[in-house]
Parts: sequence; structure tokens; C-alpha cells
Amino acid sequence: MKSHNDELIKKLNLIAVKIRKHVIEMLYKAKSGHPGGSLSAVDAIVTLYFNHMKHNAKKPDDPDRDRFILSKGHAVPTLYAVLAEYGYFDVKELKRLREINCMLQGHPECRHIPGIEASTGSLGHGLSFANGVALAGKLDKKEYNVYVMLGDGETDEGQIWEAASAASHYKLNNLTGLLDRNFLQIDGNTEDVLRLESVRERWSSFGWNVIEIDGHDIRQIIDALHEADERENQPTMIILSTVKGKGVSFMENNVDFHGVPPNELEYKLAIRELDTLQRKLEGI
Amino acid sequence: MSKVMENPRNAYGETLVELGKKYPDLVVLDADLSKSTKTIMFAKKYPDRFFEMGIAEANMISTAAGLASCGKISFASTFAVFATGRVYDQIRMDIAYSNANVKIFATHGGISVGKDGASHQMIEDIALMRVLPNMVVFAPSDATQTRRIVELMAAKYGPMYARVGRANAPLIYKKDDLKDIKIGKGIITKDGDDVSIIACGTMVDYALDTRKLLSNDGIKARVIDMHTIKPIDKKLVLKCAKETNAMLTAEEHSVIGGLGSAVSEILAEKGCSCKFRRMGIQDMFCESGEPKDLFTKYGLSADHIAKTVKELLK
Repeated sequence: MKSHNDELIKKLNLIAVKIRKHVIEMLYKAKSGHPGGSLSAVDAIVTLYFNHMKHNAKKPDDPDRDRFILSKGHAVPTLYAVLAEYGYFDVKELKRLREINCMLQGHPECRHIPGIEASTGSLGHGLSFANGVALAGKLDKKEYNVYVMLGDGETDEGQIWEAASAASHYKLNNLTGLLDRNFLQIDGNTEDVLRLESVRERWSSFGWNVIEIDGHDIRQIIDALHEADERENQPTMIILSTVKGKGVSFMENNVDFHGVPPNELEYKLAIRELDTLQRKLEGI
Repeated sequence: MSKVMENPRNAYGETLVELGKKYPDLVVLDADLSKSTKTIMFAKKYPDRFFEMGIAEANMISTAAGLASCGKISFASTFAVFATGRVYDQIRMDIAYSNANVKIFATHGGISVGKDGASHQMIEDIALMRVLPNMVVFAPSDATQTRRIVELMAAKYGPMYARVGRANAPLIYKKDDLKDIKIGKGIITKDGDDVSIIACGTMVDYALDTRKLLSNDGIKARVIDMHTIKPIDKKLVLKCAKETNAMLTAEEHSVIGGLGSAVSEILAEKGCSCKFRRMGIQDMFCESGEPKDLFTKYGLSADHIAKTVKELLK
């Protein structure tokens, strides 16, 4: 385990809290959306954008940028909040999520939203799309890396396994998957809905380098991303052990918050909890 | 006089090789059918820019979109049945909704696939692609036109679909005949003022045969080659409705959702009351057999079209 600058870790954890607050506010305001899977994905996406990836909010089309593709498109409030906080667009846009005549669509849309690489929302496509981006990078001898986040429930989709074969066949070492392993999908526990275990063996048998970490530990996320980037001849899947609804006690591991926004009371409670967490991190 | 034949699939493969030189960003993907779709010609010439995706069409389509997002002109090929229906959601999200620069070039469209039977006879692809926003839809009629349309597909940005049949097809055009070909502009292949037969793909040649049969009865048929089904040449359809007494559409496709539907929509919205019939597959699955026999049994032969014209003009 590498040692990390404590200040950096603290900074990233604080950004993660801020993003979680945005997510809760956005969904409360939009009166729809997916809190559970958005919250479980926060720490990895924050680490990618605020510490790991080469990217520039002022040049979202830079051909040399690292790419992030959110295959589990319903977690997009987290990505929108990260992009806005990083400067891709005005933070004010977040308040207009899912509203008519506004930019931020219910699921990622790549033509009009700066920083969104792929239109997703129909599950199972993102890994294939990321393969295409990674193949183009190899063809053009570019140095960029491609990161793609998958939901664990999403890997029920057959296309994921077509893409898993292709990524390994084409030795896409410039591709890293992040599997948000929160064990919940709409109809219940992933193992009851359609068994996924052993997830590690599945990916490694498809020829992937597999790293398993705590998906809410920023130190581990930083290390895993570096390890993945250095890989030769094969793609890497980072299995993020996560908690659906992470950061808000009554949403954690609660499948009822898969696709239901908080009501007024829940909204206030959630923000209060996140404020407390923020003060704790700040050492106040 | 026997017709000079050329396979549109070969025309596709050869044109890809030519375009590969002109466009360094052109890439080609195939799903284990490169010998049939003829993308193998490109694969041999430009192995680095050819991606064999195996029997995994959904992955092929989304990967083509990922490549396009990095500035590539992606051509993805397989049989029409696998290139559309099987991957409709991937095309909808990753190509049409995303307005990606992906060109789907499908072979083995229609019933002329023959003996492989209904599982492989794609008669709904034009309908499926036509309904997608941003998508341009072509059905070239011969090898010469296929070459020109593939060139047009590469030259212009955006989602496009083209389908040709499996079989050798009679040559209708010489290269110079098509120097002015444009997306969305139909061709008056042969003129006449009694009836207009608006056809696409393989049916253009059948329409020309029909025209010959009708001329024996003193009926002068106009044959329109509607190579672009979307955006369709509305002006030409209305011109024909005005200038000829009757109109037929002919397509190797279901009469629902394809060329016949597109033309009907134009006529209905303009309040045209011309005599009109849609020739195509009448909302049914067909069967194994020789293409010629299938065309006869399912009402696409020149004899059948000529008979329908005569009934219509009565």
C-alpha cells in the first residue's frame, strides 16, 4: 500500500460529501431519479475526475483526454454533479435536472452535455462503447486511458460478456472497468435475482486482470487505478465493494431507494447526516 | 439479350478498399461474416483498421459507435437480419440518439436470400431503420449504384443504413449515369406517363422488366429508382402522382413500414387520390426456395406487377 498525502484524501472525501449532497438535492428537486446507485458510485467517480484522469473542463473534446463512460446511466446525477463541480458547466444546471427545456437529461446524453462521452441508460452498452474508444486509442497511438463504470445488476446483460470477450481478445490494457458491486438491483439482491457470483472468477476467466477493493476507500481507489493503468496486455476490472445508498443511513442497503427520490422529510434528514459527515471530515 | 450481372456485395468490398485509401480514419467491423459481406477485402488491405468482432453483433454496433466518438468513420457489416432487428437497441441509443458517424452496411436483405428461409430473409429492416430519428436509409439497386452510395455514406457525417441482397444483380447503370447521384434524390430510370413504379433495391430491375411487359400492351410505365428511402424524395413522388394515372411501389420488404408506407404517407398528407398499390411482402413470413420461385409465389415477379398495373388502370 502506497502512502498518500492525508490532505489529498481529506480533500477528495470532502468533495465526495459535496457530490452526495448535490445528488440528494437534485433528486429531491427533480422528484425522480435513482439515489441508491448514484450514491454507491460517488467515491470512485470523484477520485477519477478530481485526482486520476487527464482531462480539462475547458477542452471537453481534447483528443488526448482520458475518457469515463458511465454504462450504468441511471447513476448520472453523480456524474453531472462531478462535471459541474469540475467546471464543465454551471453548477446551477444541477437544479434543473430532468426538467423540460433544460440540458440535463434523465440519463446521460452525449450531444449536448459537455463532458458526457456516451449516451447511456439502456443497460449493457457502455463496455462495448468503451472498447471502441480504447481500440481507437490504440489505432491512433494515443496515450489516453478509458474508464467505464458498470452496475453489478447490469452484468446480467449478455452484451457485457460479448464486450468482456472482445476487450480481452484485443488486449485492451488502456481500458479499466469499475464494477459497482453493491449487491442490489431493482427486484432485490443480485444473487436472488440472477446469481452473479463468483464475480471475480467470471472476469478473470474472461481474461481480465481483477482487483477487488473497498469502493468507498479513496486510498484503495487511487492505488487500484494506478495498478490498472500499468497493466500490460489485458484490461482490468476493479470490483468496487460498495453500499447502495452510501452516506445516507436510511438509504444504505435499502432497495426501496433504487429509483425513488427522497420526500421532504427524507431530504432534510439526508442533508443533515451529510452535513454532520462533512463537519467530521473537516475536523470541526 | 441476357443481362450483365454483378454482385453488389463485391461492389461494397471493393469500394471500401478504395475509400480506405482516401479516408485514413475509415474503420470496418464485421461479425464473423466478412467472407459473405465482402469486408474481407478491406481486412486484407488494411488489417489494422479492420475489427473482427465474432458472432456478437450487439457488441459490434456499440463498439462501432465508440470508435466513431474518436473521429472514426465506422462501417459495420453483417446480414440485414442481424444488422438491424437483433441490435435495434444498440443502434437506437449508440448511433441514432447519439448521432454517431456509423454506417451500417447490411447484405442478404430481403427474400432473395432464398434457401436459408424466413429466419434469414429480412423484410422488416427498412421499417426498423426508417423510424429512427437521424437515420438515413438506402437500398441500392445494382453494383454501380452500390459503389456510389457507399462513397456518399463515407463522405457525409451521420448515422446511415444501407442494404443489398445476397444474389448477383443485373447492372442497371454505368458509372457515368450516376455521377450526379444525391442522398434523398430519386432517379427516373425510365420515363413513361401511364403509370409510375417506384422501386428500391432489387425491385428496380423487376420494375424495368415490368415496364417491358407493359409496353407490349401499349402501357407506358415510368420507373423510379428510390435508392434513398429516408429522407425520401417527396417532390418526385408528388410529381409522379400528378403526371401519371397510377402509382405502385415495389420493394423486397414488408409492405408495412418501408418504401410503400413512406410513399403512402406523402400521398395521403397531400390529399392525392391517385390509384395506388404497394407491392412487397404482404405482412407474412416467407419460406425456403429459389429466389425466382419465391418472387413468383409472393407476388414480386414482373408478371405479377404487370397484372396489378393493368387491373389498376382498368
